[in-house]
Parts: sequence; C-alpha cells; structure tokens
Amino acid sequence: MKLETLRLTAEEGMGLLERGEVSAAELHGAYLEAISERDDELHAYLRTVDEADGPSIPIAFKDLISTRGVETTAGSKILAGYVPVYDATVATRCRETGLTLLGKTNMDEFAMGSSTENSAYGPTRNPWDPDRVPGGSSGGSAAAVAAGLAPWALGSDTGGSVKQPASLCGIVGLRPTYGSVSRYGIVAFASSLDQIGPMAKTVRDCALLYRIVAGRDPCDSTTVELPQPVEIPEREDLKGLRVGVPRELNDVEGIEPGVKEQVDRTIERCRELGAEVGETSLPRSVDYGLACYYLIAPSEASSNLARYDGVRYGLRVTGDDGVRAMYDRTRDAGFGDEPKRRIMLGTYALSAGYYEAYYGQAQKVRTVIAQEHAAAFESFDVLVSPTSPTVAFGLGEKTASPLAMYLSDVLTIPSNMAGLPGLSIPCGLSDGLPVGFQLIGPQFSENTLFQVGHALEHAIEFDFVPGRLA
Amino acid sequence: MAITKEEVLHVAKLARLELSDDEIDRFTDQLSAILESVDKVSELDLADVEPTAHPLDVVNVWADDEPRPSLPVDEALANAPEREAGFFKVPPA
Amino acid sequence: MSWEPIIGLEIHIHLKTRTKMFCRCEVAYFEPENSRTCPVCLAHPGSLPVPNAKAIEWTIKLGLALDCEIAERAIFHRKNYFYPDNPKGYQISQYDEPLCRGGRLVMPGPEGDAEIGIVRAHLEEDAAKNVHVGGAEGRIGGATATLVDFNRAGAPLVEIVTQPDLRSADQARRFLQLLRQTIVELGISDAEMEKGSLRVDVNVSVRPEGSDELRTRTEMKNLNSFAFAARAIAREVERQIAVYEAGGEVEQETLHFDPGAESAPPLRSKEEAQDYRYFPEPDLVPVEPPRELVERVRAELRESPATRIRRIAAELDYDLSEELVTSGRDRLYERVPGDRRGVANVLMNQFAAAGVDPEAVDPEELGKLIEARSRIPRDKFTEALAASGDSGFAAEPYLGDGLVADTGELEPIVEKILDANPGQVEAYRGGKEGLLGFFVGQVMKETQGKADPQVVNELLRQKLS
Repeated sequence: MKLETLRLTAEEGMGLLERGEVSAAELHGAYLEAISERDDELHAYLRTVDEADGPSIPIAFKDLISTRGVETTAGSKILAGYVPVYDATVATRCRETGLTLLGKTNMDEFAMGSSTENSAYGPTRNPWDPDRVPGGSSGGSAAAVAAGLAPWALGSDTGGSVKQPASLCGIVGLRPTYGSVSRYGIVAFASSLDQIGPMAKTVRDCALLYRIVAGRDPCDSTTVELPQPVEIPEREDLKGLRVGVPRELNDVEGIEPGVKEQVDRTIERCRELGAEVGETSLPRSVDYGLACYYLIAPSEASSNLARYDGVRYGLRVTGDDGVRAMYDRTRDAGFGDEPKRRIMLGTYALSAGYYEAYYGQAQKVRTVIAQEHAAAFESFDVLVSPTSPTVAFGLGEKTASPLAMYLSDVLTIPSNMAGLPGLSIPCGLSDGLPVGFQLIGPQFSENTLFQVGHALEHAIEFDFVPGRLA
Repeated sequence: MAITKEEVLHVAKLARLELSDDEIDRFTDQLSAILESVDKVSELDLADVEPTAHPLDVVNVWADDEPRPSLPVDEALANAPEREAGFFKVPPA
Repeated sequence: MSWEPIIGLEIHIHLKTRTKMFCRCEVAYFEPENSRTCPVCLAHPGSLPVPNAKAIEWTIKLGLALDCEIAERAIFHRKNYFYPDNPKGYQISQYDEPLCRGGRLVMPGPEGDAEIGIVRAHLEEDAAKNVHVGGAEGRIGGATATLVDFNRAGAPLVEIVTQPDLRSADQARRFLQLLRQTIVELGISDAEMEKGSLRVDVNVSVRPEGSDELRTRTEMKNLNSFAFAARAIAREVERQIAVYEAGGEVEQETLHFDPGAESAPPLRSKEEAQDYRYFPEPDLVPVEPPRELVERVRAELRESPATRIRRIAAELDYDLSEELVTSGRDRLYERVPGDRRGVANVLMNQFAAAGVDPEAVDPEELGKLIEARSRIPRDKFTEALAASGDSGFAAEPYLGDGLVADTGELEPIVEKILDANPGQVEAYRGGKEGLLGFFVGQVMKETQGKADPQVVNELLRQKLS
C-alpha cells in the first residue's frame, strides 16, 4: 500500500501507528519516498536520515537544531561538516516521545532572512509555485510540511521565521511565548527573540507538537514552566471571545489587496462564529517595530556569531600568518552577505559612543511595544492581522535590496519584540497562493490561540495540499 | 551617508571580517540605507522609559554546584579543524 | 619636590567551587588537556550558560567581608573580543551592575587605621589556557603555533577593584597579604599567586605631595608574587618621578612582566583602548540576592583579620601582629600560653619553618615546649616542633633534663672561661688534651651545673681547635 503523505496529518499518522495499520519504518520510508519524488525540485531538505530510530511518526528539524551525530549547518558554509556531539533539548524531547528524525531542513543562513534565498546551499522552492519562495527563514520546514515531505516540523522564529513561511506555504505555524521552549542546542541568532516553533498542517497537530517540546529546561536559564498544561483544541465556535483588529497592523502600506480580502473575510468569520470583534490600536508598535528589531537582533547576533572563528569547529581558512588573519579569512569565506551585514550593523550599534542612541534606545522602544500590546489585551483576548503583507513572491524578486526583504516581517515583528505568542493559519488563496492569518495573544495564551485557530480552521476548510501536487 | 567607508572598515576589523574592496563599497551603501532606516528609533522621546531587560519577569535562575560528566577528550576535539595531541591547534596569536 | 605614589590594584581570585561558573564541568587541576569540557565551555553552537549558585553565594560572602553593599539587582554583561582562549568571542562578566559595590579593607597600623576603598567585586568566567609553541631559541614571540586547552575555560573568578588609595609599594604588599588572608579564611579560594588562583594587576602613578590631581598611570600585569609586585611598584614609582623631574611626561603604558623570568625587563605596550561593546547578557536573567541569603551569609562571617590584628597589637607591635594574622598563625598564638613575645617569635620563625598546620597543634603542649626552649638542644627543638602537629603530641619527652643546651647561651660563657685561662689553652693546643676536662669543669662551675655537658664539650672542641 503506497502511503499518501500529501494529506496525512501527524495526528492521523499516529492513529495509523496505534492501530497497527502501518509500522514506524513504513511510515518513515513513505516520507523518504516522497522526498525522492519531489525534493529534487523543492530542495526543502539539506540531508535526510535513512533509518527510523523510534516507534512513532517522523519529524523534520530546521538545520539549526543540534542533532547529535547528524550534520548541522544552520544553512551556512561556516558550519559545513560540523557534527554536533550533543542534542538540542527539543530534539531530546522529541526523541523521548518516540518521534524519529526524517532530516534537516533548509533555511536562511543563521536564520537571517525571509525567503530561504540566503541559504549557502541554494534556495528552497514553494510547493505551491516552484518559481516562488517558501518564505524564511524556516522555508525548508514549511515547504516540507506543505509538500507532504514531513508530517510536521520544527522551525525557529526570531522576527517571524515560523509564522511567515507558514503563511506563504499554506500551513500552520506557532511562534510560542518567549521562554516557553528551550533554546539549548539551537544555533543562536538573537538570544532575546529566538524561539523554536511547531509547523504542521493543522492547529491540533501544532498543539500536539508544542506540548511535546514546551516547558522549562534547566539547561536554558531563560525558560519557565508553563502556567497551564497545553490543551489540544476541540471547540468549533468562538462564543465569549473578544477579537481585536489593530488598525496599524491591518493597514500597513504594502499589504496586497488579495491578502486584505482574505483576512477581512476571516475577521468576518470570527463574528459568525460568535466572537466579539472590535478595532484597537498599537500606535507606535508597527511604525517603530522594524527599526527596533533591526537594531536589537543584529546586535545580539554580532556577539552570538563571534564564536565562528575556525578554532574549535567548522570552517577554517589559514594563510602564512597568525591567528587574527585566520579569523578574518575564515569569517569572510564562511559567512554570506546577510550575516556579514547584520554582524557589522550590530557591531556598530553596540560600539562605543553609539550604544545609547541605538541599542539602548531600541530596548526602550521594546518596552513601549510591550506596553501597547498589554494595553490592547485589556480589552481583547486575541489580536488579528495578515501574517505577511504579500503572498509568496518570486525567487530573486527582493534579493537586490535588503530593506525590501526586511519589510516582509513588518507584521510579525511587533508582537515578537514583546515576547508574545503568534499563530499563523492559512485562511484562503489569493491568485492561487496561500494567505496567512495571524493570531497574537498575551504571554502564555497558546491555548487561546489554538482554540481560535482550530475553530477558524474548521470553518474555513482550507485545503492545505498545494493544488499542483494534488 | 549614514555610515562612511572608514567606519565600515573599522567595524569589519572589530568583527574580524576581511572584506574585499567590492564588498566594502557594496556594504557601505547597504548599511547606510539600513542605518538611516533604523535610526527611526531616535524620533521617540523615551527619557522616562525603562529599557526591556528581559522579555520575561524572571530572576535568580541558578544551578547547584554539582558536577555533570564532561565530554570525552575525543568528542571535545571531534570537530577541531586542527589538533595536536589533546590540544586545539591554531596559528600563533 | 616631594612625590606621592598613587597605587590601585585589580585582583582576580579563582573560586574553589566544584564546577565551573556557567556549566557543571568539574573544575580541573592538572587534568589531561581538554578532559574537563562540554558544549557550553567549548562554546559549541547552541550552548547556553547556567550560573553556579555557590559562586554567587561566595561572591556575596566576599563582598560582605569587604564591607561592600550587596546589589539589590545585579546582571551579567558580555565583554566582546576575539582571542583563542576566549571560545565564545565574548566573556560573560559584570559591567555597571556588579554584585558588590563600595566597600573597604581596613589596615590597622600604629598611626591608626588605613582604609583602602574597594570600588567593586564582581563575578566572571576565566579564559582557556594558551600554550605558545615553536619558535627559534632566543626569538621573543617567535611561536609557530598556539595550543589551546579549555579545561580552565569557564572557571569562576571574582574581580576585586580597589580605589587608588595605596601610597607605597610596601603598603600594597601588606594590603595584598591582608586581603589574601581575608579571602582564605572565608574558605572560598586558595588565593595563591604561585598556583594562579590569585592574579594581581597594578595601576601606578605619582603626584606632588599635597596635591589632589591624578596623573597618567602605568598598568603592570603578570606579577607573580607579592614581593615581586612590591619591587616592581617601587621601581616604577622611581622611574616616573625621574621622568617628571627631568621635565618629561609619563605616557600611558602597560608593562607585561614575564612570570618565568623575573629579572627580564617588562615588555611595554601602548594598548589601544579596546572597544568591548558591553551589553547585558541576554541568555541570563538578573540576580536579585534574596535578603535571607545575604543575612545568612553575613551571620556566618567570623572575626575579620583586621580586628584581630588590632587586638593582638595591643600586646605586641603592629608589624608582628600583622604577620601573625596574615600568615594564619594568630589563632594558635592566642591559645598558646606563655610569654607573648616569645611565643610570637617562635611561631613566626622556627614554627613557621617546620611547616606544621597551626590547626593541628595542641596549644598547651606547644606552650610547654616554647617555655623550655632555652633548655633544649636546637636540633631537638626543631624535631619537637615538626612533630607538634601530630595527634597526641606531648612536650614532655622533648623537655630533657632541664640542662641548658642552647649554644647561644653557652658560647659566651665558654669564651669567657677560655679568655680567663690562656695558659691552659696554650697547653691544650700543645698536646695536653686531658685539659678538656678542666675547661668543662670551669664551665659547669660558672653555670652552677646547669650546662649540658655534651654541648659544652662540642663548643670547647670547636674553639680549641
């Protein structure tokens, strides 16, 4: 029996296993077969694992998740051939639940990007249209799930890198509350923003995966216990819920009309499902969010990427002279343009004389953003907006201008700066391409996000199998 | 120019990046544009605002002084680009 | 023109916790290279720091012992720079919100107390160890490679910074001894310069006496003993005075001493001010020491060395008192009965040389031994001291028969007898060896039979030959 992986959800897969209708090895094999069929074109994976090493369903990991014994590159040449001697905590938790590693997925180098075109190993293509990007930086994970090359996957989100590719690929992606999922073993980009997020075909799958990985890790001082257990959503209505529509998030310049149409329709559905819907405002969060992010994230990154110096692992380029020349050449050869830009930007923002004006000021803007969101949540349970201003754009379309690429994150960044969780669900198509609907909640409100997302998903009935692959 | 070529060179040196002439020119242009954009934060008067120390309100996360096993030496050196006996080897400092 | 040295110190001590500051690798002492490492202290991608609770507690303890204010809120900062011994490319340290601030170390003295201000004490992690290899003989800095051992990387350090309140090389030396004793008594560090668990950098400048200006200072690094530091400070003070008196200006410089070759002149460098781009460590949350913890640690503090110096100085003098306390022998001193100065002198000299642990000694027995010291042959006294730390030690067997055996006491008497009997001396030297008995008899008469005949014999033979 050829197992069709395009439509299979993680929950269904686990059901098949439980009922003995399929073995873990067969399931793993089915995905490997799908990969051999479709991944030459899509390039969602950087490498796959041949043998199922657990009794449960497979999972794909973005290639910045350290996997012991399996090469981990973070999409960069500077880590080509690097094989971790330890597992990330999220990898351990998946393994202990019985999940088996399918492979490591492609990504923008060091998670810096919104299209996966910054991967040192070539871009990933969008399963809905291979001439378009899957989004980024977790583009490989998103494409893998959308194309039936993995039942579910883990990605990482710093400025929107789970939510945005989920939106562009028509799947569900959660960026959790900062501190709810361990970063131990995750190749660091921006320490105060990075979070590992589940990516799947359904909201329930997302919740199931979140439940597996979330919770305090003694190896990561910035994690905390979840205040309540994760609930797998059941309800299909939204009675009693208050949905807020921040005008600034929904009116940003550059939102495509097709995107706006689907999002507005979805907001209408909220009303139909019984929610109270009202307008609200985040006066400065959207206006200043990008600038705030593009100061703080590169600053932290410039420091986090200093360890890539050719001394203990990874690429080394030597000459006849001393260690400083080795650093300079190794880092010039090993880093692509985007990491170099961000490292220099961050170094500048932290340097003597500029710290207060740039990094210091950005941390204050961050406080303002958190306060504005908290104020909005006094009247609403969730805030909604498009996830991305556009549907999937063409490969090469935005690569000439870094700033143009940065704008892809304008809607996902503000809530990230406040450490808040965000769920993206597909809400419709525009010109045949998926549109993502973003749900933002207060800290540790994932259960509410799942509840709203699940109810909407049930009402919208979005077909997550890309038309051209069906 | 929000950032000059000299400043780019200085920053590249601090960050230990050996840039080609072409890279220096290209990055000077791009970083200038980006800096002009992020400079937006200076528009706000935030004298009375506290910087965000941490996204979460958590303090005092410590671990007991109890040893855990270290890596076997071979694993510690497993990814070393160059080694000599039990040491990591690098060009002279 | 009279000049005044202005000296400030930066001291790093290695805390003797079992594990490192930000990971739970055991701190290594003489282990094979890179055998005490993990993804955290090797700075593998994705690794994260977790602070050592004991290191925090001990830093608070040190801060309290130095009369510091313990911060209500302290954070860690990243200090960014590239070097092979710095695996993350940054060191986790503390910057403008350290754990301890604004304390002092009081140095009691005959003219009153000298208060040396402590600006701050903060926690940080140690670097790895670089070994420079290769290079032709005689070429300075001609290494062909650097070998790196990360066993030490991440070990907990406390950095203590003083105000520039020290006014002489000798005072600096005494300050270091007192500080070291304070630290050792807290049980948090062995603080031994020779073993690397205590490192000192010195800042030196001079100014005309009476003025309150602060002139350019020189930094001195890699000093490997308190005595050497004192000598180096004194030399640098002299040099700076000479420069000013010749009409020149002292330039800002760093002197790097060679710990292996004390006599070699230091390398001078004008280090460019490094831009460390400090920012708060995002992988760590703030430290807000709970009041109960601070008070519990405060209650555990014992009497400070300074207080004890003052008390003992009342019966001795400040120098001897300070030596007793800073050498860790004052507690024994206070418990040994007998003449104060006699006990103090023996403790600081012969007892010190014997290398016995003061904690192991029975003070009563040692007291008896010291009281009888003039009546015990020198070598027997030394033997007794060496055994004084053994369990069940008793002075009795060493006390001998009460005869005076101290050559220091007997020698003048022997010489007196020989001077008074020149004829017999000549006769003895001419061959009449039987006369030895005569001399012995004379000495015995002079000492009323108290002299030890064996010792007298020995002395006579020496002087008559």
